[in-house]
Amino acid sequence: MAEIHVESVRKTFGKVKAVWDVDLTVHDREFVVLLGPSGCGKTTLLRCIAGLEQVDQGRVFIGQRDVTDLPPRRRQIAMVFQNYAVFPHLTVFENVAFGLRMQHRPKDEIKKRVQSAAELLHIENLLDRYPSQLSGGQRQRVAVARAIAVDSLVLLMDEPLSNLDALLRLEMRAELKRLLREIEATTLYVTHDQVEALSLGDRIAVMRDGQILQYDTPLNVYDKPADLFIGGFIGNPPMNFLDGEVRTEDGRLIVRTGGGEIYPPPEASAVLSRLKEPSVLVGIRAENIETLSAPAEDALQATVLVVEPLGSHNLITMQLGPEQIKVNTDADFQAQPGQTIWLRLNTDKIRWIDKASGRALDYDVSPQS
Amino acid sequence: MKRKTSYSRLVVRGLVYLVAVLIALWILIPIYLITIAAFSPKDVIYSWPKSLFPQTISLETLKFFVSAQYVLPSLRNSVVVALLTLVISLVIGAPAGYALARYIFRGKDIFRIMILSTRAFPIVILSIPLAVTFMKWGLYDNLISVAILHVAMALPTTILVTSSVFVGVSKELEEAATVFGCSRVQAFTRVALPLALPGLAASAIFTFVLSWNEVFAATILTLQNRTLPARLFIQLAASPLPFRFAGGFFILIPAITFMFFIRRYLFSLWGITLK
Repeated sequence: MAEIHVESVRKTFGKVKAVWDVDLTVHDREFVVLLGPSGCGKTTLLRCIAGLEQVDQGRVFIGQRDVTDLPPRRRQIAMVFQNYAVFPHLTVFENVAFGLRMQHRPKDEIKKRVQSAAELLHIENLLDRYPSQLSGGQRQRVAVARAIAVDSLVLLMDEPLSNLDALLRLEMRAELKRLLREIEATTLYVTHDQVEALSLGDRIAVMRDGQILQYDTPLNVYDKPADLFIGGFIGNPPMNFLDGEVRTEDGRLIVRTGGGEIYPPPEASAVLSRLKEPSVLVGIRAENIETLSAPAEDALQATVLVVEPLGSHNLITMQLGPEQIKVNTDADFQAQPGQTIWLRLNTDKIRWIDKASGRALDYDVSPQS
Repeated sequence: MKRKTSYSRLVVRGLVYLVAVLIALWILIPIYLITIAAFSPKDVIYSWPKSLFPQTISLETLKFFVSAQYVLPSLRNSVVVALLTLVISLVIGAPAGYALARYIFRGKDIFRIMILSTRAFPIVILSIPLAVTFMKWGLYDNLISVAILHVAMALPTTILVTSSVFVGVSKELEEAATVFGCSRVQAFTRVALPLALPGLAASAIFTFVLSWNEVFAATILTLQNRTLPARLFIQLAASPLPFRFAGGFFILIPAITFMFFIRRYLFSLWGITLK
């Protein structure tokens, strides 16, 4: 296995900047997920690495080797496609063996490798069948088996689970995770599904408009989104963003928001005090808000609008001052629409976001290694 | 109200089926009559009134037809011209169809329209100047000249049909092939071609039959080396009845066989799904 390194890659289609000055490094044996809404350039970036698209500018390295000008077959990659791309005129065995046959491996080696790849994906009893006789999930397994059967340096996956139904997707997700840990592949995985990204990736690169906005561990991307867009894109429900006004009273920095006042922790205060404008966005996740039935000094008064029981917890939409806010509560939390409730924001978990740029105030733009 | 609409819908439906059946009969009855006549002995063909069902089946009429002195040579000519047409139009048309299916290039839409516009010139208008040209080139009365004209007639459909065949072969499959070790050409020969083969075969048969059935150009461009339809076109009118039926039947067979083979592809080309 090897490292993938992408250096200021650009790819345009006509006037559309599909990928714009992207730098990305995937370490040896790392599982990195490219996450973004459709049209953000994530698939294009993957195809540039695969060699299925020619980059306009920049370099692509796979395992220290500059592969920018090489065709796909010379890049030592394996790929799983969105629509599986299993060859319909070949049996499952021949599909899995395809890459090995192209490398002119000896017959018994091909047989052995196909067998072991098939066993890893539990398709060893399907080897004589044709793809048309398989279900979507089975075809998916064939596509993955074909990819891991060859000696590739890196494994590229383009939304491999998006065509499976919800239940199967859940099952395959867990299995892929186990499998890729087992074979220790350097993997770059494209998806628009944030749950998939959070559950699979060692690191997530969030893309939008052809650029990588944040490249970090799933936990950091979730807890500390780099900007407004990521906070809104990742997480269900999306992060709440409240208008806030920074002011100093009696030498203490406070933020007026949601019709009340909150007191930022010291590190946040330091950052907030450097703001030129007094306005800021207060980003807070639904699970970082505590509900109180009685007023408290640091709690904001809100009115219940909608209660959605979700089994494991309740999702409550509330009116907080001029804005709406979504809050997660315990499943046994009882509330009626119209009822008044007090909310305490966990100030340690708040993302303070610059209103003009939309970027988190403490987010350092540079660390992309 | 609701009852009335469903009633009138039923009437419309019935009328549509009626028209369809009439059209089918209009085509099928002559085919049927020609076929039973071709398999009847001479005296049955001349007898009157005709029976709608074959009384005696014999190969006498067909044997008589085949033994006529010019039939076998013109049959050979027909096969040669049809095969030449098939090969040339596939060699030129399939790559063009592939390009239309796979690549975006400047002038693609115009190219597509231009292909069709060649069909706007009636063969009648084309044939006579072409006959003059072929005379100058020394190709007159040569099977190649007939094949060339047939290629010109067949190419538009060959290109459009093959392009629709290649559109049906997912691009992702070829990309997967290149990822797993194929060059562009290998990806085509190992993946796209085998998957397109049935469709290409259908297109080839279509071309074959087109050339096989073509009369006018073949009549004008040749004198001695006539294809079978061209020969029959001239001679049938002056031939005895059994001979005409046998000749008609002979010309019919390939067209009908071909229709059965490519029905599926034609339908998918026209966007009709067969249940």
